[in-house]
Amino acid sequence: MNLRSPDLGFRLSAGAFALALAAIVVAIGVELTRQSWLSITEFGFDFWRSSEWDPVSGEFGALPFIWGTLYSSFAALLIATPVALGIAIFISELSPSWLRTPLVFLTELLAAIPSIVYGLWGIFVLVPAVRSLQMVTPEFLRQLPLFSGPPLGIGMLSAALILAIMVVPFTSAVAREVLRTVPNTQREGAYALGATRFEAIRAVMFYARTGIVGAIMLGFGRALGETMAVTMVIGNNPQVSASLFSPQHTMAAVIANEFTEAADDLYLHALIEIGLVLFVITLVVNALSRLLIWTMAGGGGTAARAKA
Amino acid sequence: MRLPGLVLPVLLVSAVACGGGAPSGSEDGGAIDINGAGATFPYPIYSKWFFEYHALRPDVRINYQSIGSGGGIRQLTNRTVFFGASDGPMTEDQIAAAPGAILHLPTVLGAVVPIYNVPGLAADLRFDGTLLADIYLGTVTKWNDPAIARLNPGVALPADDIVVVHRSDGSGTTFVFVDFLSKVSPAFRERVGVATAVSWPTGVGGKGNEGVAGLVSQTPGSIGYVELVYAEQNRIAHGAVRNAAGAFIRASPAAVTAAAAEAAANMPADFRVSITNAPGEAAYPIASFTWLLLYEQPEDKARSRAMVEFMRWALTDGQQHCEALGYAPLPPEVVSLELAALERVAVS
Repeated sequence: MNLRSPDLGFRLSAGAFALALAAIVVAIGVELTRQSWLSITEFGFDFWRSSEWDPVSGEFGALPFIWGTLYSSFAALLIATPVALGIAIFISELSPSWLRTPLVFLTELLAAIPSIVYGLWGIFVLVPAVRSLQMVTPEFLRQLPLFSGPPLGIGMLSAALILAIMVVPFTSAVAREVLRTVPNTQREGAYALGATRFEAIRAVMFYARTGIVGAIMLGFGRALGETMAVTMVIGNNPQVSASLFSPQHTMAAVIANEFTEAADDLYLHALIEIGLVLFVITLVVNALSRLLIWTMAGGGGTAARAKA
Repeated sequence: MRLPGLVLPVLLVSAVACGGGAPSGSEDGGAIDINGAGATFPYPIYSKWFFEYHALRPDVRINYQSIGSGGGIRQLTNRTVFFGASDGPMTEDQIAAAPGAILHLPTVLGAVVPIYNVPGLAADLRFDGTLLADIYLGTVTKWNDPAIARLNPGVALPADDIVVVHRSDGSGTTFVFVDFLSKVSPAFRERVGVATAVSWPTGVGGKGNEGVAGLVSQTPGSIGYVELVYAEQNRIAHGAVRNAAGAFIRASPAAVTAAAAEAAANMPADFRVSITNAPGEAAYPIASFTWLLLYEQPEDKARSRAMVEFMRWALTDGQQHCEALGYAPLPPEVVSLELAALERVAVS
């Protein structure tokens, strides 16, 4: 019994922590709903569909913010994923060992930079660069909806680029750890079958695929919630536009921007409902990625389960 | 995979937690702690005042959290702070929601100035309210538009597009700016209206004065608006604006005080007055008071006494600190009205 009791205490306290986490998530959901009740009852489902955001007349709709958040996060994911996976593969499979530690250190340093610093760098370095890129975009491309609008520099493209830079260290760090957990027998087996280096890496990637999806989703979650750096370069104009060049807005940015001065009750509730929408979307995205990992975990997902 | 689940709740919790706030300070051993919260615009002068006053009266310590006007009004209404501060007067609804009568006390003056980035311009630009309204409505879109050329004869204006920059965050700066534009342009009042955050028909949003100034300095052909204090401290060129009397005035603390002096003549008893587009030859038209908010019948009389004494000092001796920080001091007419109004606050 003497040996068992510390064990029991550990199990109880660890269980309590796990339950506390679940309780916190539920409490956040309940509180967000309660604090946004005015807006929920006033607008109902229209809140998700309306593009109107007018604090003066008390009309609130979240669509432009939902659009901007998903658009910027997906665009960031598209840019960041190949880069991050390339970094992870290079570090774990190809890099000479003397280069490995400095590379790991540098990518992880990116994750430690505060987002306000990214934002300032965005305004003073990235935005002018994006503007000059927009200036030289050929006219026939400018006709496409994806590149329409005046060359402001500020806008969706800048936001997606800065998000991508912020996401890369997260995705690459997890992907690297996942690749490291792939047993060496996998590589040796591939080489023994006469695989080239590329084919061997492909085999390793296949073995680690669920963990890599987990790494990508981690980056996506980071992009969804990022506020400060995005609001400084995205232009903060709530509109649903397909153009990478147009100023848009995100959910996290509108909360951060307007919360402090929202004295009117309905306005405040609408802002909190934006938070609720972001909460729901994040839950859905997490659930979907979990589902994706489960369906993929059919063959050889041990590395993934260790990490995901 | 846990991180997204964690980051988001932290963000949301911190957002929601702003509604709470610290309880008012406690009184022990004769020392008095007073807590306040509200507007960010007057924060530099308020913290200077509280510091100077604490040197004069070591037993009184005033703490101020610059959480924004909306937050200040909310916390005052919930009685979690002793006094609030706001860049816009409380609305009728907000006054009705408060548990007691609230006194609005103008403390200092602020002004909003148009800033622009037009490469190769030989002279400072001049604006009037209608032109600014049309630019911000998106109906004037080129720098060489006849409406701009008419106000700036002899200035060679480029044919570039105007990039409109406004504040993305709710702010008293926006409130003052759109209040002026709505007064002079019926179209603007109809389409946009007056609030700390509005639905802009055009343009890009920058966060804070620094965000707007950053965007304007980075974007050729842009126009924005910032606090006079911010423009002066950062030496940003700003344009002159035509006032109600027809004179083009470049903002300065003296021109702002002049606007307030004109308003003092018909000051309402509750001090909730807009001084944009003020009459008077020397008045700068985009100016506003910022208010400190006090309950007329506070429960804690010791704190109330200390606060009223502090306000007397701030409205008289305290005003000398304004100019060094870029604020415009109150005109003497307004100060004497306020000293009389302070009598309404119960101290015993």
